[in-house]
Amino acid sequence: MYKNISTEHEEYIKKVKKRKKAIFITQILILVIWLVLWEILARFGRVDTFLTSYPSEIWKLFLNYTKNGGLFYHVGISVFETVIGFLAGTILGVIIAIILWWSDFLAKVLDPYLVVLNSLPKTALAPIVILWVGAGYSGIIVTAITVSIVITIMNVYIGFTNVDEDKIRLLQTFGATKLQILKKVVLPSNIPTIISTLKVNIGLSWVGVIVGEFLVSKAGIGYLIVYGGQVFKLDLVMMSVFILAIISAIMYQLIALLENKYMKWQQQ
Amino acid sequence: MEKKKVVEIKSICMNYHTLKGETEAIKDVNLDIYKGEIVTLVGPSGCGKSTLLSIIAGLIKPTKGEVLINGKKATKTASDIGYMFQRDHLFEWRNILQNVLIGLEIQGKVNEDNLKYAEELLETYGLGEFKNSFPRQLSGGMRQRVALIRTLVIKPDLLLLDEPFSALDYQTRLAIADEIGIILKKEKKTALMVTHDIAEAISMADRVVVLTKRPGTIKDIIPIKLSCPEDIRTPMKCREAPEFRHYFNKIWKELDVHV
Repeated sequence: MYKNISTEHEEYIKKVKKRKKAIFITQILILVIWLVLWEILARFGRVDTFLTSYPSEIWKLFLNYTKNGGLFYHVGISVFETVIGFLAGTILGVIIAIILWWSDFLAKVLDPYLVVLNSLPKTALAPIVILWVGAGYSGIIVTAITVSIVITIMNVYIGFTNVDEDKIRLLQTFGATKLQILKKVVLPSNIPTIISTLKVNIGLSWVGVIVGEFLVSKAGIGYLIVYGGQVFKLDLVMMSVFILAIISAIMYQLIALLENKYMKWQQQ
Repeated sequence: MEKKKVVEIKSICMNYHTLKGETEAIKDVNLDIYKGEIVTLVGPSGCGKSTLLSIIAGLIKPTKGEVLINGKKATKTASDIGYMFQRDHLFEWRNILQNVLIGLEIQGKVNEDNLKYAEELLETYGLGEFKNSFPRQLSGGMRQRVALIRTLVIKPDLLLLDEPFSALDYQTRLAIADEIGIILKKEKKTALMVTHDIAEAISMADRVVVLTKRPGTIKDIIPIKLSCPEDIRTPMKCREAPEFRHYFNKIWKELDVHV
């Protein structure tokens, strides 16, 4: 940047930084106050700890679970199912979108079915999927795929059809084949669409995995939540939800990082 | 001396079909374009100018008639035509050199000679230092120049320009029309250009073709002979020629514009 900045500019930068700091501190404060309040209210018996548990107990349980490695086992299984379901749902969705783009006839024929499937809550399909595919990991992964695939197909297909007609004509004047048009303009111009679909899909895949685990699993975060609920161990339920929140946030941030990298690369 | 015909347009008719009915867009157009000639096409909006270009490029099939390019029938896969659009349509994810090479890539003709030619063109027309830049870093006029080089690099026998300057602001438009006119003459290209701008049409053309309103047919073909102040004929200089105003009035009358 410039070496000599005016004091006015310096002050401006200071102000912006100060504001940023204030926002961050407030965010942290909210979390801390909430946890402290929860702890105090529980200790003084103002809330029913049987229903709410409380932070220090959840923390103790967390240490316990990490010590015997049980937590990593459950988290590992859920993350594995989510990542596989996420990747498969996204890749299959993009492939199907390509097929629809390729055949306008097929796209028109399938349109009403996609619309119905899209508005259907996919979790309603989970029991059927699990009966068909099996009650193991595969059933849960397929459930995760069903949740994310339809929206992927629709978003990506719309992105494909929105490519500027003249850009395609330009390639046609060079004598491009349909495959070349796909590779040279349709796919590259839709990378932002695909990345934004990834962001949606990571959350949707978690929905699929947790619902699947609620229904059949013997392990995983969803299993811990259901099990904890059934035996009234609310500290277990709360801990699992916290961990779920943190892990899914991390995954979302990873995708956001990817998006940032891509945008930076574009604007270099 | 009889010059070589690059394009022969033979009694082209084009009808569009929609569920609501049939529209006659072009009716019986005949036109020959000779080597090294720049022909501009003017006509009221919706007279099928762009449709005619698409037919010549082989992108759409005419209802009747045929187009011969160098004596051969025009097809979509023919690589001897370069097409320039209203907007530059540079690909944002490719740098300037990669954008220029897209046509060669598609035709599988990226080799050392062509690569050198592409870099030479960029260098000659003041874009050498930008070859690794991305389109967003260039001005509108520069982008349109890149678009022209992208079409020149495949060494087309015929250039089709579909209102190539209409997306630019007026000053840029004048400057870039001048530049592209000079480039076309210097590279000895044959070109057919569609435009709305009568002055632009006269200043760049060897002949101006006036189309009627829909269904478009050729109303008149006007050879442009300007006594330019200098030997080097550039579109800008042409606008100073004494005959310029005469041609302008003639074409204006032929267009028969009623608002």
